[in-house]
Parts: sequence; C-alpha cells; structure tokens
Amino acid sequence: RVSLLLAAYRTDEGKPWVLPVVKKVEQMIANDNSLNHEYLPILGLPEFRANASRISLGDDSPAIKENRIGSVQSLGGTGALRIGAEFLRRWYNGNNNTATPVYISAPSWENHNSVFVDAGFKDIRTYHYWDAAKRGLDLQGLLDDMEKAPEFSIFILHACAHNPTGTDPTPDQWKQIAAVMKRRFLFPFFDSAYQGFASGSLDKDAWAVRYFVSEGFELFCAQSFSKNFGLYNERVGNLTVVGKDADNVQRVLSQMEKIVRTTWSNPPSQGARIVATTLSSPQLFAEWKDNVKTMAGRILLMRSELRSRLESLGTPGTWNHITEQIGMFSFTGLNPKQVEYMIKEKHIYLMASGRINMCGLTTKNLDYVAKSIHEAVTK
Amino acid sequence: SSWWSHVEMGPPDPILGVTEAFKRDTNSKKMNLGVGAYRDDNGKPYVLNCVRKAEAVIASKKMDKEYLPIAGLADFTRASAELALGENSEAFKSGRYVTVQGISGTGSLRIGANFLQRFFKSSHDVYLPKPSWGNHTPIFRDAGLQLQAYRYYDPKTCSLDFSGAMDDISKIPEKSIILLHACAHNPTGVDPRQEQWKELAAMVKKRNLLVYFDMAYQGFASGDINRDAWAVRYFIEQGNNVILSQSYAKNMGLYGERAGAFTVICSDAEEAKRVESQLKILIRPMYSNPPLNGARIASIILNTPDLRKEWLVEVKGMADRIISMRTQLVSNLKKEGSSHNWQHITDQIGMFCFTGLKPEQVERLIKEFSIYMTKDGRISVAGVTSGNVGYLAHAIHQVTK
Repeated sequence: RVSLLLAAYRTDEGKPWVLPVVKKVEQMIANDNSLNHEYLPILGLPEFRANASRISLGDDSPAIKENRIGSVQSLGGTGALRIGAEFLRRWYNGNNNTATPVYISAPSWENHNSVFVDAGFKDIRTYHYWDAAKRGLDLQGLLDDMEKAPEFSIFILHACAHNPTGTDPTPDQWKQIAAVMKRRFLFPFFDSAYQGFASGSLDKDAWAVRYFVSEGFELFCAQSFSKNFGLYNERVGNLTVVGKDADNVQRVLSQMEKIVRTTWSNPPSQGARIVATTLSSPQLFAEWKDNVKTMAGRILLMRSELRSRLESLGTPGTWNHITEQIGMFSFTGLNPKQVEYMIKEKHIYLMASGRINMCGLTTKNLDYVAKSIHEAVTK
Repeated sequence: SSWWSHVEMGPPDPILGVTEAFKRDTNSKKMNLGVGAYRDDNGKPYVLNCVRKAEAVIASKKMDKEYLPIAGLADFTRASAELALGENSEAFKSGRYVTVQGISGTGSLRIGANFLQRFFKSSHDVYLPKPSWGNHTPIFRDAGLQLQAYRYYDPKTCSLDFSGAMDDISKIPEKSIILLHACAHNPTGVDPRQEQWKELAAMVKKRNLLVYFDMAYQGFASGDINRDAWAVRYFIEQGNNVILSQSYAKNMGLYGERAGAFTVICSDAEEAKRVESQLKILIRPMYSNPPLNGARIASIILNTPDLRKEWLVEVKGMADRIISMRTQLVSNLKKEGSSHNWQHITDQIGMFCFTGLKPEQVERLIKEFSIYMTKDGRISVAGVTSGNVGYLAHAIHQVTK
C-alpha cells in the first residue's frame, strides 16, 4: 500500500520530518523564560514579517531598499491568499469591484478558486497552463489568454513548483509572461508555497517573483512556510505587498489591518517565532538551508530513480517529464483508467488527475511503483 | 502611478492608540488601563503554571507537525464543548452539537458569522447589546450581516437597563439573531443576575430568536467555570439551540496562541454532521486548518485531571485578584473622601469596568496623571495592582470631586 496523495514531506522511511533546525529553535524558545503568550500585533511579529519578505524578495531587493514593501503575517499560505483576495475585492480596480476577473491556472490547487469566491469575486476564470498532449507548459495558450484578458484582471501565478503539475515556466518564458502582463495592466498575485523546496535553492525558486519586482510591477506574494520549514500545523505564512512607494504601501497595510482584525484579530505566535529566530541568525539560517536541501534532494533523487526504472522497463511513452517537473508533485500523465488500476489493483493511491506526491516514494517502494505504472500503461 | 492611490488610510485602532500613547509617556507613575490582557500584581503578563506544565509535556513527546484536520484538534474541540456545556449536559451527551476549533474568540465569531450569512435564511440582522465589544460590529458586517442594537447599559446607574433590554428584545422581529455576552460583559462588566437571565431566556424563546453567545471569559469572571457558563447552559436546557464562540485567550492566558472554538447546538447528531461539513467548507478557504500549539496546550490542560485542577485554581486566582482590586479601588475612593456612589465598580464583573467617567474626566486622567484608558471611561481592572490602586483612586477623586 503506497500513498502518493498527501501534500506533506516524508522521509525515506515514509515518516513526517521535523527539521533539525526547528527542533533546535523550539528548544531555545522553550528554555527562554522571558517569553510569554501575549498578543502579537495585528499584522504579526515584526521580525518574522521583515525576514519572511526578505527571503522572498532577496537581500538586495530594490523594493526593500526603497522601503516600498509591506508584510502581513498570515495563517499559512491560505490565510495570506485570503487577506490579499479580500483586500483586492475591496480596493483594487475601483471600490468593491467584485466583477474584476480573477484568472487561475488550469489546473491549479483546488482551494484557489474557493478563496477568491469566498472573498467575493464573481468572475473567476481559468488560463491555459498544462498541455496534456505534450506534458508540459502550454505557453502559447497562456499568453493568448493574457492578451485576451480584460485590462486589470488579476492573475494567480505559482512562483515555483506549480501545484499540481510541477511544470514551471523557464526564465525566458517568465519574461514573456511579464511583458504581456505589463502591457495589458494585469495584476500579478504570486503563490509561493515551495520556495527552496523546489530546486533546493531559495534564490533560484524566487527568481520569477524577483524578476517581476525588478520590472517595476506592483504585486502581492503569498508565502507559506508549511513545507520548507515543515511547520504545517503552526500555520505560518506571509503576504508581501510590493508597491510604487512607501506611502501607498502604508495605506494598503492600514486597510489590510482592518481585514485581519475581523478575520483572526492577530496571528498565532509559535510558528512565527520559530521562523523569525531561524532567519535572523546566520548560523541557524545556514542550517535551515541545509535542511531544505535535504528535502529537495530526496525528491530529486526519487524523480530520477522513478524515471530511470520506467525507462529500463521500457514502459511505453516518454518519462522525461518526471525529472523535468519540479517540486513535490508530478503530473504523471496517467489517464483515469490507469489511475483506477493503480488504486484498485495495486493499492497505490494517487489523485484522479494522475498527480503523485514524490514524497510518498521511498527506496523501498520505487520498484513496486514503477512496475505498477508499467502494468497500468501496458495492460 | 500606483494601483493604490485611492486607498484611504485606515483609522487608527482606538485601543491600540491608548497603548501607543502610554508607551511614549515618561511619567514613572503611568498606568495602562486600556489593555485587555491580564496582569499580575506586579503589572506583568502571567504565564499560568498549568500552561508551562502542558508545554513541558508537549516538548517531551516530540510530536510531528502534520496538518490538523480542518475542524481542528478533536481532543480540544470535544473538551471545549464539555467545558462550555457541562459534562452532564443532555446536548453534550447526546452528541447533538458540533464544535470546531477557531482562531481564538475573533476567529470563532467570524466562522459563526459567515455560517449565519450563508445558512440562516430567516434574517441577516444581528442584535448587539448597547454597547458591545468594538470588534463585534465589523466582524458581522464583513461577514455580510446587518447590525441592530438592544438597550443594555444604563449610564445613569452604571448597571443593567433590564427593563429597557426586555422591552427592546420583545420587539425584535422573530427569527432574528441576538448576540449575548455569556459572562463578564465587554466593555461594561455588567452581567444580568440569574433571575434576569431566566426572563431573558423566556423572552428570546418567545420571540423565536437565534441566540449567539460570546463566551470569552469563562472562569475568569466569577472564578467558577460552571457559574460563568450558567446562562449558556440554562438557555440550552430551556430549548434554545444556541450557537457559541469560546476563547482561551484570557482564562488560560493563551492570547497569542489563538485558541478558541465555535459550537452549534443542533436538533440531533445527524444534523450536527451536516453542519460540520458546511463549517469546514467555510474554513478551508480562510486558512485551511487551524494552528496547533494553543489548542494542544488547552487540550492537555482540560484532559489531564491534575492539570485541570491546577488550572481551575489559577483561573480563580486571576478572577480573585481582579475582584480584590475592585474592592480596593472602592475603599480607596472612600478614603480619598469621594462622595460619589462607586458601588458599580464592585457590582461589575470581569476584566473591564465602566467607571462612568466622562470624556473630559478621562482626558484629565491621561494628561494630568498619565493614567490611560479609552474615552468611554472603560478601565481594564487587570491593569490595577495593589501598588498603584491608591494612585488611581486619588486621581479619579481629583477629576470627579
């Protein structure tokens, strides 16, 4: 029995992994008697907010230097998306303009749609993204949709490690996307849930967000520390706002504060402390990057091992997409019947879409999974 | 140009403004009576011993950090329901309730508000007591509901305007939503007596109103968790299927950990399952699933007999200290020679006290004595200590004589 469903990291023993640096920092927090459980400010722990945004935008970000960024500590990536969505519905493209189109990739994380619907948007659309035939990015379809989108439409972009396809635009493709968005006055709302976790490099995984900032965009970026810090149940997220200048950002934050106040008043303390402590200490930061590389490395290994087995077995089709895709998920390309075979006959659980979580693969089950895929495709 | 040129600057939070001004003040005798958080007799935040012990248990167990279910930690939600309803409650024992974990009191209120907007078709009018916690109005409004009010506080007597409340409630359209503070009314500290609660329960039942209880101070008001939950339990026994929001911010001192719960009393367990499924659909696009830390601390305390006993003693200790400060403030005012009737200070209950001071008097307290409170004359008794109660009495006497 193999589960390739869940969206959390697993070790090669199939177990959850509390990052060593997190264990260390939790111990430090537990031993610090000067700490208490008082309320955080509405926008969150200041050291967390500043460090979280810095991780995303980069130490040398022009936006940070020019003091035109703001941050809202949020309940996970979902919470950051929701606060951003609520703000956009109230203040973007007029006042309370629920008709502004919101574009979500086809496919995308299924909760994206609900976030924007519940925030009040009435016109949610999809943009072409996954090309099932060639098992890759449908760049032309994507760009066409952007050309045709009404001006000022909001586009939800996956910063890296697209969920569920694992297919990211190349830097060159991102440049094309940015050019169209700039020309058509489209608003970029990045969802960054896998920074560091995708390629193993924080900077590489943040390239797209930083490129858009360097191109002068005003944008939102919802960050999650669930996966890259393994802090799933502590709900650690951050919404970064990049604006034209400090004054605009200040007014935006003051309105976001009002939204936060009626949603959760102020955010939870524990997870933010862990992240803030880690990011603000050079030594702990280095340890964290190492832990992240461990996770990303295991996933990359599982990808190459799965692909090589399928190619050795001579499984019909091409399997290079398994190593070309990035992050936690892979869109295998298995069709519904093949997926059903995997589940019913082989007790390997995956999404109907053919999405698998690479973290569910271990050195122990690789052979079985590869053989099962082979059977599903050949029978 | 910016997308945000037209975005207005949000008004500053009135309560935060008090704290900001307090921080800037250099007077060594300054007092911050705006903050809604408990302080010990040295004016310091208080981490409960039972909380520290629960944290030690958690640290020793080396648990993983996997996502909680959308509805939260089951041991926590079950214990929260039992705490509010009472272990002998028919509603609790029969399972005709659903409790989901919420982000402290605010988050729990908001889940309920969103649920009402989506599923309570009879009315979108929420009746709040006059006055109520400042954040109630924007919470319900942001959820898409309308706000109305019923008379509650009588500024002439600094106590409950019971006849006014009953009169207004008797005229509320049937099937509207009425919000009641279960105990330790915020901001006035004025609670109905049990006989008055009985009449209120009969009236809301007669008017067929949906009752939304906000219980943020169970245990913290009288020192007795059962006494503080009496109204909630009585209403349910009388056949009102209430909805309820709970917070562990004050009674367990878990402020920043955001531990809370939202409960719906249903007709039966099957209805409760359906309601739960809809609550999950509301929660998922807000923050997916709730934070573990605070809920786990609360759960360990509630579910470990020794720790639960210790908690009950500590929460009574906090309540007793506040009651004692009320008593000392009144006796000090008498000693100062004040001829005013300050009985409402000891009649009122919980963290807050509506002193009856007028805005001009509050202004003088801030400017001349560096004693900070909100314009409405509300003080957080938690900010009073045996070391400064004399100074406070002196100052109040100066501005009211």
